[in-house]
Amino acid sequence: MQLPDAEKMVQTMAQQLEPYLGANSVLVGMHTGGVWLAEKIHTLLSREVPLGTLDVSFYRDDFSQSGLHAEVAPSDIPFDVTGRDIILVDDVLYTGRSVRAAMNELFDYGRPASIILAVLVDRGGRELPIAAQVTAAVLELAPNQNIQLNRDSQGLLALSLRQTTV
Amino acid sequence: MAFLSRNPQLNQHGELQHLLTIEGLNAGMLRHILDTAESFVSVSEREVKKIPLLRGKSIFNLFFEPSTRTRTTFEIAAKRLSADVINLNINASSQSKGETVLDTVDNLAAMQADMFIVRHGQSGAAHFIAGHVSPHIHVVNAGDGRHAHPTQGLLDMYTIRHFKREFHNLRVAIVGDVLHSRVARSQIHALTTLGVPEVRVIAPKTLLPAQVERMGVQVYHDMAQGLKDVDVVIMLRLQNERMRGALLPSAQEYFKSYGLTQDKLALARPDAIVMHPGPMNRGVEIDSDVADGRQSVILPQVTFGIAVHMAVMSILAGSKQ
Repeated sequence: MQLPDAEKMVQTMAQQLEPYLGANSVLVGMHTGGVWLAEKIHTLLSREVPLGTLDVSFYRDDFSQSGLHAEVAPSDIPFDVTGRDIILVDDVLYTGRSVRAAMNELFDYGRPASIILAVLVDRGGRELPIAAQVTAAVLELAPNQNIQLNRDSQGLLALSLRQTTV
Repeated sequence: MAFLSRNPQLNQHGELQHLLTIEGLNAGMLRHILDTAESFVSVSEREVKKIPLLRGKSIFNLFFEPSTRTRTTFEIAAKRLSADVINLNINASSQSKGETVLDTVDNLAAMQADMFIVRHGQSGAAHFIAGHVSPHIHVVNAGDGRHAHPTQGLLDMYTIRHFKREFHNLRVAIVGDVLHSRVARSQIHALTTLGVPEVRVIAPKTLLPAQVERMGVQVYHDMAQGLKDVDVVIMLRLQNERMRGALLPSAQEYFKSYGLTQDKLALARPDAIVMHPGPMNRGVEIDSDVADGRQSVILPQVTFGIAVHMAVMSILAGSKQ
């Protein structure tokens, strides 16, 4: 399967996001891929308000099954969430559970005016009523296929596909 | 002990199921706990100081020995993780202990306890309870006799890493009653495991365990020599009852020789930090000028303790059964 070029897709995401941008808008990336994307979009759109980052490990709904994620990164929201229009950025939208966790976490920082979701890839398979406002690509993948965003030492982003045994 | 098939703190997947002592935990595990704690620090700075990780879990603070700071920071930590906390202060002196402890634990387990935080005057009490409870229950040792106080050791390591960034280039001095101190034992294990090249203990001979050098420390009996060029000074509490025994002449004599004053601290590196697990005896092991001085990180230790306790409880609760 030919995967689309992630670097070009980020440009698409930034263009699609422009109509949503207001004075009150802030970008929040979800660890880890979403943070890489949000950093690039932050530069492409020359935003001045610093970028927020979220690690939703503490809000996941599978803690009792799989425990704490091995590497938890601190969430960092360097602005007051209350009243903000938040652009939540993630790499792959699948079941929607991480996005739910991210929204729960954001509300513990304050009451945002609105949240929209921007993703690089929508691979279907939703288990919750969650949809992205901005999507760079829609890919039909089998449940045993795992799509992942990677960043090389030069900071270039690329998608990769893996077969899982599940 | 090579004949032991596995560490009683670890489950069959090698994950931490109980935290009983720092002994036997490798550097990777200690670092994982410290890294996790770092993520929890920001939770305490938010508008809603709570995350839903342990929602619906029941955590029992089982304190057979009095404690204010440790019990309170565990309680706050558990509440910030959304767990239900029940505090029990049990007077251990009244009854024959072994029986009472297990009866108490069985009763609380019947109330669907998920975790016990145990403080007990007898060394090995937390191990004893951990060996008794069913596999889904986790036990944290919050201090047992003279043996171990692993969460204090961990929060001290967190504090050192916060202010000094690295462990591999440090000189650390632990000063005072090492003999009776479970805190000192946990600190020494943690410091050597994390790669601190020089750990010193400074105390009169009567307050040092026999063959303490075997734990990988250098022994000093003189403050002026022992504090020279150290990066971290950890003061230990001198319990008042030690003064009544034959171990020490008097509190004044002790302060003169081993109490930390600004003059003595000046022998350490200029950016050295001063730590104390509390509660402090001002004018016995530490002078007020130092305790409240610019090099003191005694209050940050308490704050970091909350994040470290949150990390320990989450890691244990997330281990597989």
